Amino acid sequence: MSLDSKIPQGPLAEKWSKHKFNLKLVNPANKRKYNVIVVGTGLAGASAAASLAELGYNVTAFCFQDSPRRAHSIAAQGGINAAKNYRNDGDSIYRLFYDTIKGGDYRAREANVYRLAEVSVNIIDQCVAQGVPFAREYGGLLDNRSFGGAQVSRTFYARGQTGQQLLLGAYSALNRQIHEGKVKMYTRTEMLDVVVADGQAKGIVTRNLKTGAIETHSAHAVLLCTGGYSNVFYLSTNAIGSNVTAAWRAHKRGAYFANPCYTQIHPTCIPVSGDHQSKLTLMSESLRNDGRVWAPKTAETAQRLRKGEIKIDQIKEEDRDYFLERKYPSFGNLVPRDVASRNAKEMADEGKGVGSSGLAVYLDFADAIKRLGEDAVRAKYGNLFDMYLQITDENPYKQPMRIYPAVHYTMGGLWVDYNLSTNIPGLYCLGEANFSDHGANRLGASALMQGLADGYFVIPYTLGDYLATIGPKAVDAAHPAFAQTKKDVEERIAKLLSLKGNKTVIEYHRELGHIMWEYCGMARSEEGLIKARGLIQALKDDFWVNAIVVGENEEINASLERAGRVADFIELGALMVEDALARRESCGGHFRVESQTEEGEALRHDDEFAYVAAWQYTGENQPEVLHKEDLVYENVKLTQRSYK
Amino acid sequence: MSANGNMNLTLKVWRQKNSQTAGKFETYKAENISPDMSFLEMLDVVNESLIHAKQEPINFDHDCREGICGMCSLYINGRPHGPKRAITTCQLHMRSFKDGETITIEPWRAAAFPVIKDLAVDRSAFDRIQQAGGYISVNTGGVPDANEIPIPKVIADEAFNSATCIGCGACVAACKNGSAMLFTSAKISQLGMLPQGQPERYRRVQSMVSQMDAEGFGSCTNTGACEAECPKEITLTNIARMNFDFFSAKLFREEEIGEVNHGG
Amino acid sequence: MSELKQTFNSSLGKKLIMALTGLFLSLFLIVHLGGNLLLFSNDNGYSFNMYANFLTHFPPIEVIAWLLYATIIIHAIYALLLTIKNRQARPVGYAVTPKAPASWSSKNMGLLGSILFLFIVIHMGDFWYKYKYTHSVGFKEYRTNLSTGERTVNDFTPQKEDFEHSQTFDGDVEIVKVKDLHTKVAESFSMPVYVIIYVIAMIALSYHLLHGFQSAFRTLGWVHRKYLPIIQFIGTWLFAVIIPLGFAAMPIVYFIQSLK
Repeated sequence: MSLDSKIPQGPLAEKWSKHKFNLKLVNPANKRKYNVIVVGTGLAGASAAASLAELGYNVTAFCFQDSPRRAHSIAAQGGINAAKNYRNDGDSIYRLFYDTIKGGDYRAREANVYRLAEVSVNIIDQCVAQGVPFAREYGGLLDNRSFGGAQVSRTFYARGQTGQQLLLGAYSALNRQIHEGKVKMYTRTEMLDVVVADGQAKGIVTRNLKTGAIETHSAHAVLLCTGGYSNVFYLSTNAIGSNVTAAWRAHKRGAYFANPCYTQIHPTCIPVSGDHQSKLTLMSESLRNDGRVWAPKTAETAQRLRKGEIKIDQIKEEDRDYFLERKYPSFGNLVPRDVASRNAKEMADEGKGVGSSGLAVYLDFADAIKRLGEDAVRAKYGNLFDMYLQITDENPYKQPMRIYPAVHYTMGGLWVDYNLSTNIPGLYCLGEANFSDHGANRLGASALMQGLADGYFVIPYTLGDYLATIGPKAVDAAHPAFAQTKKDVEERIAKLLSLKGNKTVIEYHRELGHIMWEYCGMARSEEGLIKARGLIQALKDDFWVNAIVVGENEEINASLERAGRVADFIELGALMVEDALARRESCGGHFRVESQTEEGEALRHDDEFAYVAAWQYTGENQPEVLHKEDLVYENVKLTQRSYK
Repeated sequence: MSANGNMNLTLKVWRQKNSQTAGKFETYKAENISPDMSFLEMLDVVNESLIHAKQEPINFDHDCREGICGMCSLYINGRPHGPKRAITTCQLHMRSFKDGETITIEPWRAAAFPVIKDLAVDRSAFDRIQQAGGYISVNTGGVPDANEIPIPKVIADEAFNSATCIGCGACVAACKNGSAMLFTSAKISQLGMLPQGQPERYRRVQSMVSQMDAEGFGSCTNTGACEAECPKEITLTNIARMNFDFFSAKLFREEEIGEVNHGG
Repeated sequence: MSELKQTFNSSLGKKLIMALTGLFLSLFLIVHLGGNLLLFSNDNGYSFNMYANFLTHFPPIEVIAWLLYATIIIHAIYALLLTIKNRQARPVGYAVTPKAPASWSSKNMGLLGSILFLFIVIHMGDFWYKYKYTHSVGFKEYRTNLSTGERTVNDFTPQKEDFEHSQTFDGDVEIVKVKDLHTKVAESFSMPVYVIIYVIAMIALSYHLLHGFQSAFRTLGWVHRKYLPIIQFIGTWLFAVIIPLGFAAMPIVYFIQSLK
């Protein structure tokens, strides 16, 4: 199968408009004859399900949570970018496009990113019309804030809960369609496989998490909006339930998995406090607008601090190293996430870390409080400060926050073309679950933008083209592929339930996380990756013998749910390591220690690696096959990223 | 207390196989619990030891573990989301408890929130209330520019305060009447305050209140327990706003919604 | 179902009825207390008996009185309906007593209301019923010299069974014959059991109104942050302090006087 990205011809700024015109349309009277399955109800899924139902398609939507409103998009804090140029500070669609391409370290498709920037303005309009209470100025117009990786203020926000407000907006649009009867919503239902009949995606197999019932659902098209796979690291800022199963099952049915090694480490998370920790908590990167990142200048001071021999305020100004401001004078604390994260890790590696574990640096608001007053700081970041106090028992108004990077977002995902279609016709992938728009690193406030762009403004156009092509004939739910896929799922569940070993699934998950963080985390080396390959294989073999899964299928069984997800994470981890090994360059969130500049910055090799790595599954324990989609840059000049 | 400052606790946990069977309290030991653990991490520890003993872990709802998804619940020692104000159970840390303490953990109790297993309840009634009208009927596309609708900052802020509801159900759990009025009124208030929400303001309040009643929630007696226990500090004022809009709609306005839809 | 019927059958509609009847009863309490303060006028019960007579014989007041009785019944019935529904909303209770920080009065409105209802039955049975429908209340004859203001009082036994009251003039002297509720009140309030019942009832009234008055405004949706403090002030000081104290003072003062 060849990789045709279906990028339209013509000038960048006209591609999407022309493409929309060229796409086939489905006659309004025929739309109700089509069924569409949407898996996941985060920003991408909820917006897609609502928009498609508004158009007249019959939508069936699924989420594993007890309500569509609980999808993890809800936890996004900082904001959403849009090239509105309301601030008159030089923003434009082209600048947002350029910043995103550059921020992605030149590993994203120009056409996709331009389209994203183009529809970003519509997203804000849409959300405001839905009643999303964005922050406003006294004049009644929308407020903006600045965000990492950009020199304009283009981020719209709703205090520190932008994701929540946007998701509730999409959820309300979805609710309206459920009320109208155009969307049938299944909650507490997990997709466990995709049904591919005669080369086309025609349905899914699900497990009812309350009763254990395994069911098949047929449709003309299947949209996976199932989020990212950060939980492969065990500890991440994702929700406990966030998983890769839907995407991974699709991958095993033939969908290519692209750039799995591109993971984003977010610099401003609350450090780990112990082995019991089940997840990491991110604090919005917007904190870096006013907070100053520093570590003690010498390892010796840091050590005395860790031992409690000195207190923070005893460290004099000249003994503090504001390392981001020092190394990147023009962007300062607002460098992109990967740069900020790597620098924090460097500090810790050099023994200058703080906190009991030494795995933290400071984010200090003393200057901001002095400059703006405590009330102004509280108005901007109050909820984040409260959250920090709640978790750490330390008051950030009085002493600097401790922060450390944590896995936060995965740029990789199922390979999709310009229409968001995977290489399996009828199988689409939206939002974080696909690989398409962020290249090797995502800029802050762009995830919400992409999820909603895909759901509200891309898929309603591109899906119609496919549906018009295949015609409204009812899907043959009696096709043997349905029964076979269901049987496969049942067998896998039976196999998992038969595991009565001596190690819990969470223990395997934690172990996998350690391997991934250690060898496929912020810095990766050939040697480490090869080691990880062996470790993961051993872990996988052990899992299928020694794991414990309790209970039965016909009930709520968290142990079984987790087991299936962890088994998929282990396989994904192996592929991430392969991808990281194959990409012998550093780019964005993927830092290969063998490939760095003299100053220790990520060094790309555009001549060799300016491609999308799309991996094809070929069978159990068989090496995956790498397909390369060359990235062609017609509009931007590839340069070494510099935020100095 | 052990030398490292860790705690040993006794848990009395409601165990119930499913909605059809009767439940009862079981007692568990939670040992060597770090004060830095979250309440749910403490339960994770207990569950891990149960799984090692090939026993069924305690089932509870949870997901984001940062206080925003609204999935976690738990009625801890007589209070929804435990003893601290303005947080969810996942944000509750064990430093709020004392070594040797006995902690009683119950599910939310309400007719409209049937227990589905152990500590997890079915809160789909909340979704149905939202589906009845918790939205502004605009299709994707074809909306005005965002800045064409100026909204006074104070209104936007107040609407935001109402919009922060996470739909966890603590208000229902805390209310002696099992009333869902804080939840319902938060959405009605949010949309009722904003200019975008005006066209459907009086339809919305009627539909949502009808659905709320049909779900079998009790009615508010303004005790304020909901407000006190709400992890997002949604205020009682929302209920007053809902009432005012409801009576205006029912007694003085033209909008009608017809018969109550009791269906899901 | 007609729209209005549907409205008042809804949870909010029932609350609306509770609030409106409650506020009407609160308003009545002010009038009732105002009138009953005549018990403290030192005129051998003249003003009080005249007032009682006026209340029972002026037709518009009669109408309002029946409205009032209906209001009490409606308030009680809807309270019962809502309580039943609220109980049904939580069929399985909590093992641990809820510790949510809510005021005691707000959590016990049903109990307080039941005490008050019981009290109203006793109170009306003792005074209102006996006054209106039995002959157990005696009569007084007041002779007032309109030029000097001097007044004499005597017991009076009417000739006819259905005699109610009369007002005649003998030159400068006004002769009023009227049912003597005042003596009946003084008799009742000399009994410790009555005093205790009244005092308990007024404590219940205090707590009932402490929550009820402002709760009614919340139910009606009249809670603007600028006016809420005023409502809370009135609800607390007038309705939960002054009015119950005023009412409780009557049996206490009369009891103390009876000891002399």
